[in-house]
Parts: sequence; C-alpha cells; structure tokens
Amino acid sequence: MIRLVSLAALLLLWQIGASLSDPHRLPGPAAVFEKIYEEAVSGALFFNLAVTLARVVAAFALAMSFGAAIGYLMGRNRLADRLLDPWVVTLLNLPALVVIVLAYVWAGLTEVAAIGAVALNKLPNAIVVVREGARALDPHLEDMAQVFRFSRVARVKHLVLPQLAPYLAAATRSGLSLVWKIVLVVELLGRSNGVGFEINMAFQLFDMKLLLAYALPFVALMLGVETFLVQPLERHVSRWRRGVSRRLDRV
Amino acid sequence: MNDTSRAGGAASLDVSIASKDYHSASGRPLRALEDLRLTLPAGQAGAVVGPSGCGKTTLLRLIAGLDKDYVGAITLPEHGRLGMVFQEPRLLPWRSVIDNIRIAAPHAREDDIAALLDEFGLAEHASHFPRELSLGLARRVALARALAVKPDLLLLDEPLVSLDAALAKDLREMIARLIDERRITTLIVTHDLNEAIALGDRLFLLSARPARVAATIDVPTPRKQLLEEAAARIEAQARAVYQGKSSYHGKSSPR
Repeated sequence: MIRLVSLAALLLLWQIGASLSDPHRLPGPAAVFEKIYEEAVSGALFFNLAVTLARVVAAFALAMSFGAAIGYLMGRNRLADRLLDPWVVTLLNLPALVVIVLAYVWAGLTEVAAIGAVALNKLPNAIVVVREGARALDPHLEDMAQVFRFSRVARVKHLVLPQLAPYLAAATRSGLSLVWKIVLVVELLGRSNGVGFEINMAFQLFDMKLLLAYALPFVALMLGVETFLVQPLERHVSRWRRGVSRRLDRV
Repeated sequence: MNDTSRAGGAASLDVSIASKDYHSASGRPLRALEDLRLTLPAGQAGAVVGPSGCGKTTLLRLIAGLDKDYVGAITLPEHGRLGMVFQEPRLLPWRSVIDNIRIAAPHAREDDIAALLDEFGLAEHASHFPRELSLGLARRVALARALAVKPDLLLLDEPLVSLDAALAKDLREMIARLIDERRITTLIVTHDLNEAIALGDRLFLLSARPARVAATIDVPTPRKQLLEEAAARIEAQARAVYQGKSSYHGKSSPR
C-alpha cells in the first residue's frame, strides 16, 4: 500500500513538473504511456526489450559462472589467490567504457564483443564476493563431512552451496543492477537493436517521449525481476535463518 | 609418517602414536602426543581421560582421520565406518533434523531413521532446523546421526560438556544404554573422571602434554554391580596417577 502511494506521488510530481516545463523536454505521464502503447502495438517495444533482456541474461550467466568458479578457487587456494589477485584488482579499476571500447575494437561490433564486454565488467565483482564466501566456509562442517564420508556431490550440494548462498545472492543483486546498466551502454555504442540503441535514437532525434517509452518499461522489467525472482529466491535459500527465536526448551 | 589401516579380524581399535607435533605461531614445534599406545577390544567402550589441553581431542582427530600429520599407526575396526559426535553438534543449520541424519547416512532405511528419532526422543522435532533446538536436543541429533551410519567405531568428544546437570544425566544414561545394548566399539574423550567411569569399560588416563597413556584401568563388569567403593578405588588410583594435579571432584556413581 505504501509503495503504491509512493508511486502515485512520483507520478503526481512528474505531472506537475511536465505541466510547468516544455513538453518536448519533459512530456507528461499520459503522453509517455500513449507512446509506450504505440511501441507495444507495433511490436518494437517487446522485440527490443527481449533483445536487451537476452543480453543481460547471457552476460550475467557468463559473469556469475566464471566469477563463482574463480572466486571459489581464490578463496580456497592461497597460491591461486596470490596469482590472480592483481588481475582482479586491475579489472575492478578498469572503467566500463574502456572495456567496451576495447572489446569492440578487438572483436568488432559483434554480439560476442558486446556480451563479453558486459560480462567482463561484472566478473571481478562476482569473484570478490564469492571469494569472501569461500574464505568463510566453516572448517568444522568440513571435518564433519569428512568423518561421515560425504561424496563430492553431497559436499557441494549440502555444504558449499548453502554457505555460499548469501554471497551468491549478494553478487546476483549487485550484478543484475550493474549488468543491465552496462548493457544499455554497450547497445548505445555498438549494436543496432535493443533498448540502449532505441534510447540513443531518441536522443539523436531529441524525442523525449520515445526515450522515456523505452526507459520506463525496461526499469519496470528489472524491478519485476528483482521483486518476483531475486527476492523470493533469496528468501527461499535463507529460510533456515528464520525462527531462531523459537528455541525449544529442554524436552 | 603414519599408517591408518583396518583390522582384518576382530573389530578392535589399536593406536600407537610415536609422536604428534604442532607448530606454534612463532614456528616453534610443540609436541602434543608422544609414545601414546592404546588398545580397545571389539564391542567395548573406552574412555580417554585427562586434564584440559592435554591432547585428548587431538588424539580423537587422528583416529577419525581428520589429521594425518603424525608418526605412528592407527588400526581401525574392520570396515572402518566411523560415527562421531563432536563437542559442538556440527549439524547443517540449513537442513532439518531428519535431513541432517539422511544426508550423513544416505544408505540408511527410513524405518531405521524413524526408529532412531523415536529412541532419542526426536520424532516431534524431525522437521525442525538445528537453530530451533536446545543444545541437549542438538547433541541427541548428533548422536542419532552418528548411529545412523551403523558405525564400526563410535567416537564421542566430550559428549556431555556444557550441558546442565539434569540434561547431562539424561544424555549420559542414553549413551550408557546404547553402549550396553549395541556393543559398538566406542571411544569417549572426556575431562570428567566420573563420566569416564560411568561410560567406559576401559579407562585410558592421559598424562599432561606431551600426552601418553599413563595408566589403563579396566572397569569391573557387569557395570550394575559396580558399587561406590569400586568407583572410589578407581578414582583414588587415578588421583595417584596425576599425583594430586587433577581437579576431579565429587563421587562417582555406577551407571
């Protein structure tokens, strides 16, 4: 309820702002929603949203897979950590724009370059977060697993992944927000479709209605992913933490 | 150099450790165990007793195979299936009580697991998470988990430590019953001589660090006939071994 009121207040502020300014600079909500409807009916909105979302998913999956594997290795193996740490620090401090431009220059204006550049920007963040999780794995539980002869699969499933879950969830949250922002830049600089490309076109034409008509649904889509996918998943994996206060007395 | 093997014949535990060293933070070697020998016949319960910090848990870790950096040889009972109860229950906090047992003993039958839950008064807590349990209940789960694997050797590391007197008494009786009924070769590590007398068929009294077995005492059986006089005699013998250095108090009582 509070969220709805907050959203309504935002729309009201937007409407007031629009009525006080040049409609070419800041169109009102009604005009923008009308444009969204037009783009949706033509199919262009859904096509571009789908293309961008596919890039987000591909880059995110790549970065998280490699990031989790490398981060786990660095967290468990001191030699690997010392060897790879300078690389991670370099990547962390390399501006996203530099990585994107270099990827386009070296690999051409291709889909591989675009997705690779986005994944490379997210990779060090995933590595650092998962490395911390791997360092914090409980050695007592590992002893227990060894005594009871857990198989390799059982160790990963019942010991490692549950302990890494909060770190993976944190990397997912920060990663998604980072990835979708960088995907728009990548599309703006070197792709011929996607939300970033359309926003660039709107900017060139100074068409603020078109710009907002693509920006708002995309933000809504990402909010939906966060609210209906990431948060429930996070709640599910951390459900065992709840009910701590329900400690039982001696039976 | 070490050797951990499995007995081919009678299921007994034989430990012969020439030395076990640690390195301090400054790199100085510290000898934890030296010339430590003990033998536990099949189906018997041994209790390793010694002052705090003498190396009891170190010994248990070597027998459990958690630390292989020692000189000597350890022969485990045939098949070498281990069940162990650690000082802290070490349950998987993200899995329920019953799942903790299932995961440690994937080949156990559901009937057997249900029977264990009943035996340890855990049936109504089967779906609870470990954080919802008291320490006493969590220890019972750890014990049920250790038994679910049908161990050839059961290792108990201070199973009653940190429990209040009533809870400790309950759990001690539970452990005593299962030792008597199941006759699993069991090694208990404890700092409490009364606990050792109550649970062990054979006591191994460790010296101060570097630990070795200073005395081996067989507790008269059947245990129910062990009267307070006998317990007092053992206690006096143990005190003589430690030359008054131990801090054991109170009377021991037959199990």
